Amino acid sequence: MMHDQETVILQGHIIDSLILAKVLDRILMMGGTFDIQDMQIGKTREEPSCARIVVRASSAQLLSEILHAIQPHGASVESERDCRLAPAPADGIFPEEFYATTHLPTQVRIRDQWVEVEGIEMDLGILVDPVGLIARTVPMGEVKRGEQIVIGREGVRVIPLQRPRDRDVFSFMESQVSSERPHGRVISDIAKRLVQLRVGFREGKVGSKVLLAGGPAIVHAGGREALAWLIDEAFIHVLFCGNALPAHDMEVDLYGTSLGYGHAAGRAVPHGHEHHLRTINRIRAIGSIEAAVKSGVVKTGIMAACVRRGVHVVMAGTIRDDGPLPGVITDSLEAQAAMRAAIPGIGMALLVASTLHAVATGNLLPATIPSVCVDVNPAVPTKLADRGSFQAVGLVMDAASFLSELARELGWRS
Amino acid sequence: MSRLLVCPPDYFSIEYEINPWMRRSNAVDSDRAVRQWHHLMQVLEQDVGAVLERMKPVPGLPDLVFTANAGIVVGRKAVPSRFRYAERRKEEVYFEEWFRGQGYEVVTLDPGSFFEGAGDLLGFSDTWFGGYRQRSDIRVFPTLSDWFHREIIPLELVDSRFYHLDTCLCPLSGGELLYFPPAFDHYGQAALAERIAPSRRLVAPESEALRFACNAVCVGKHVVLPEGCPETESLLTARGYLPHPVPLDEFMKSGGSAKCLTLALD
Repeated sequence: MMHDQETVILQGHIIDSLILAKVLDRILMMGGTFDIQDMQIGKTREEPSCARIVVRASSAQLLSEILHAIQPHGASVESERDCRLAPAPADGIFPEEFYATTHLPTQVRIRDQWVEVEGIEMDLGILVDPVGLIARTVPMGEVKRGEQIVIGREGVRVIPLQRPRDRDVFSFMESQVSSERPHGRVISDIAKRLVQLRVGFREGKVGSKVLLAGGPAIVHAGGREALAWLIDEAFIHVLFCGNALPAHDMEVDLYGTSLGYGHAAGRAVPHGHEHHLRTINRIRAIGSIEAAVKSGVVKTGIMAACVRRGVHVVMAGTIRDDGPLPGVITDSLEAQAAMRAAIPGIGMALLVASTLHAVATGNLLPATIPSVCVDVNPAVPTKLADRGSFQAVGLVMDAASFLSELARELGWRS
Repeated sequence: MSRLLVCPPDYFSIEYEINPWMRRSNAVDSDRAVRQWHHLMQVLEQDVGAVLERMKPVPGLPDLVFTANAGIVVGRKAVPSRFRYAERRKEEVYFEEWFRGQGYEVVTLDPGSFFEGAGDLLGFSDTWFGGYRQRSDIRVFPTLSDWFHREIIPLELVDSRFYHLDTCLCPLSGGELLYFPPAFDHYGQAALAERIAPSRRLVAPESEALRFACNAVCVGKHVVLPEGCPETESLLTARGYLPHPVPLDEFMKSGGSAKCLTLALD
């Protein structure tokens, strides 16, 4: 939820006179909130005190009413400056001192107005159109020579996330990640959110899409059926993966193995290590995963479910890929751009069993989007949860158990 | 010895309405006003022993008589008022001229700020109280506090009938406070209660507060206040003060009484 805010300064003998208390009470009584950013208390009776207070409200209207009410008590809106701009010196190069974004909602001041930065994401620059009063993020690689980029920190403000209203796992500051905690409650809360989001998705509500970014361990560990079910039941709407997840998913369909390991047999099968190569080759011959599913060559599994349900899939390749499958984007910047383009409208992200895709996706997500990171390696969810979001939940568990438990919670009967 | 600035009421009348007491239909009886003013001067000079500095009245400035609003004076430094209402803003130049003429170091506030002098700023030797919201702006107090090296506790005035701090609060020479609590919000009342022990707080009854019992001039043990405030007088007497009730109802038509008609210079 976006909050409007303004910084005010209150100075003088504000403590003993209870002026500070009065101003803070007034803010709360009117439905606003505040943070005291800085407080200098006079050392002697004669010396004045000074408080720097950030006032927040749920709407611009309420904020203006609160400011109007506290100004007669001496709270002066801090004079703010416009953000500083400099042109990009060349294509793909930011000006020196460029402002690097966080994943938190951000505003820049242009001609005395706070303007929301569109498409907020970590580690980008901010491109400003001072005439149109528009600000949006831009990746380093995409900046064009002469574009106006925000430099320095002046006139830039980052809005901390408000604690979400829902009373579930996402509403607590879950930056601790531990393998020694029960998962049941967390998974049940995630399931509830998925149900809510599916309702919203079906009603065409913005921000109701669920993204899953996953690695091949989902298939190897036995989470394939559960995930395919979740996709078929329309709980997942966007899939980010590499070459391996679809390759092994379809390998199971065509050969009954993943990375040569027989799923039914429970052991490695002779020449099984070739199966994924043969699978990739087969799909390349057909031309696309979609054609393979629609022609009935691939009948079951994650990719088949994606094609059936029209899930938006972005496959980003890496240097160790075999093939790759048709549709895998081998240019990293192109892949990033394709992932970025799929972010708007996402209401929740599940990052499952892939360090590479979890971190890449985490970088693209604004902090306002609740995200769940599941990995057997505690380092991965820890890395993501440390990004300072209220709404990042880390689970140390294997992908198959997570997906199966989640699907079961939602009615899957395996 | 106490020196007070006063201004004869030659042109005193009600020509505009800038507080709830003023009604143009309620005309001032000029002769009576002059008599009441001279009576007050006589009490101040003869009974109280104050030295009076008289400034020259100016035609067209009916409220120049209320010298409490000339500014604030400490030692040889004077800060002239910046009136909220345009009607009284014309007085600023005369008050400032008088201060300069007397050799005071005149320090001026930014134009556009509001500060109505000793009407909204009064207190004890170390702590002052600043009335705000009705006339003066709270933002002037940190500046004044810096200039005069005094703590200034801002107090919000919440009743428009008590539009200046000196209409509802009077610090007494012995450290007591004569005041009317409902003129302040509960934060202001709590701040005063925190500063001044209950035994030192003299609460004027409402009927007398509305006669401006608190608009009193305290010089040593003498307290000059409007007549018709017997309970306040008893409170004062009980603490060893000598009340001097003076008829000032002609000035009440304009929302002023004893204190409003004087400015302490030393």
